[in-house]
Amino acid sequence: METPNITGERIKEYLAQGKRFDGRKPEEFREISIETGVSKKAEGSARVKIGKTEVIVGVKMDVTEPYADSANKGNLMVSAELLPLSSERFEGGPPKFPAIEVGRLTDRAIRESKFIDMEKLCIKEGEKVWAVFIDIYSLNYDGNLIDAAGIAAVAALKSARMPKYDEETGKIVYGELTDKKIPLSKDFPIIITAHKIGDKWLVDPTLEEEDVSETKVTIGATEEGSISSIQKGESKEIGIEEFEHVLDMTEKVRKKVFSTIKESI
Amino acid sequence: MTKEFKRPDGRKSDEIRKMTAKVGVIPNADGSAMFSFGDTIAIAAVYGPRKMHPQHSQDPEKGTLRCNYSMLSFSVSERARPGPNRRSTEISKITEWALEPIVMIKKYPNMVIDVHINILQANASTRCAGINAAALALAHAGIPMRGLVSSVSIGKLDKNLVVDLIKEEEDWEEGEGATDIPITLTSDGKITHLQLDGKITSKELKEVLKLARKANKEIYEVQKKALKESVQL
Repeated sequence: METPNITGERIKEYLAQGKRFDGRKPEEFREISIETGVSKKAEGSARVKIGKTEVIVGVKMDVTEPYADSANKGNLMVSAELLPLSSERFEGGPPKFPAIEVGRLTDRAIRESKFIDMEKLCIKEGEKVWAVFIDIYSLNYDGNLIDAAGIAAVAALKSARMPKYDEETGKIVYGELTDKKIPLSKDFPIIITAHKIGDKWLVDPTLEEEDVSETKVTIGATEEGSISSIQKGESKEIGIEEFEHVLDMTEKVRKKVFSTIKESI
Repeated sequence: MTKEFKRPDGRKSDEIRKMTAKVGVIPNADGSAMFSFGDTIAIAAVYGPRKMHPQHSQDPEKGTLRCNYSMLSFSVSERARPGPNRRSTEISKITEWALEPIVMIKKYPNMVIDVHINILQANASTRCAGINAAALALAHAGIPMRGLVSSVSIGKLDKNLVVDLIKEEEDWEEGEGATDIPITLTSDGKITHLQLDGKITSKELKEVLKLARKANKEIYEVQKKALKESVQL
């Protein structure tokens, strides 16, 4: 089921000449398409395709007690499920590491970039705050779920409208969305993940490329250029100069991706 | 039965919501389909037949049809906790029973056919939409079948029989309240699935079956059309 060694070798040979199986350059993304408002029951939703990879993200809101260490802030919960429907590699059961990773990396890109103004989600300090749930599901898996999830999460948040909150009962009136948006900053984060295959780095891997990737760097950053989250994944080591190259490369890629998706978000 | 019963969404009592069906929605799957009744949207993907693991689960007499029904957390008003629960586990099993009679499962000893059903958006009748999508996905996967199955929920609201319930009708409280009867029939009218929750006489139930048979034929046409559209002639 995994990509065979011989294919992996061929991917490396191609990359050494700056080529990929699908004709893309190493720093080139597949086509990205974004559709928002895809679920009537969610407060916000988006379906994002990057090539054949497809994810759907829904935003739900609730009113709850704040955490003790953030009494004047709303709560954010991001979770991801890799549906067995989306690939024969995924099985049911409790979430395994790849699903947790997608949820965690998306969570940190959004949280650390301060994209959501969490203080504005406080209703009554120490007692009642809004909780924002971002749920990510894979619909078709052909590599790079994480970058797709990042874009979809932002698109879903931007499309969301707050539900009606009945102060007397302290409960949400479902089915009645207000015109109010979730308090978001204009500068939004996206996630770009670079992968190392052989001696070369590339972005937006297909499934085959992801299989033979030896290490990866996931970076959450906003358009203005500030990086808010990074995670190095997988065990292969990275030289310092090499890492600097990754930073430069992903910055260029990020600019490009921003310019292609900006209008549709 | 009163003739002029007013349904919350203004439909006639035997009127099914607008149906859409499309096959080939999940490129990775061996077969896939989407089926919707109005705002209720189900997608199904088939993987297999492939070897059953672990080996002790293999059945040398026939293949195994394994269904897995699950709702997305944001498919309902109040966020559903992700992961399986008693309800989804039961619906998964019911779906297997509804589909197995039409799948020529004996052709695949020691193998398993996985059918994954996810509800993207729910406004009642989700198991029916799921079964309809699953039947299409199996056909799309090229699995030998005796025909299709079509599933619909029939409801009794107070004393009125209606076809294809929405949530508001499911929660009906006036008079005798709501009785919900999801029924799955083969294209030649045999029952492969029937559940009932509520209160009904056997005379009324016979009437329910007639309504189900009529709805079943309409759904079958929608399914058939979707399959035909997927084949380039």
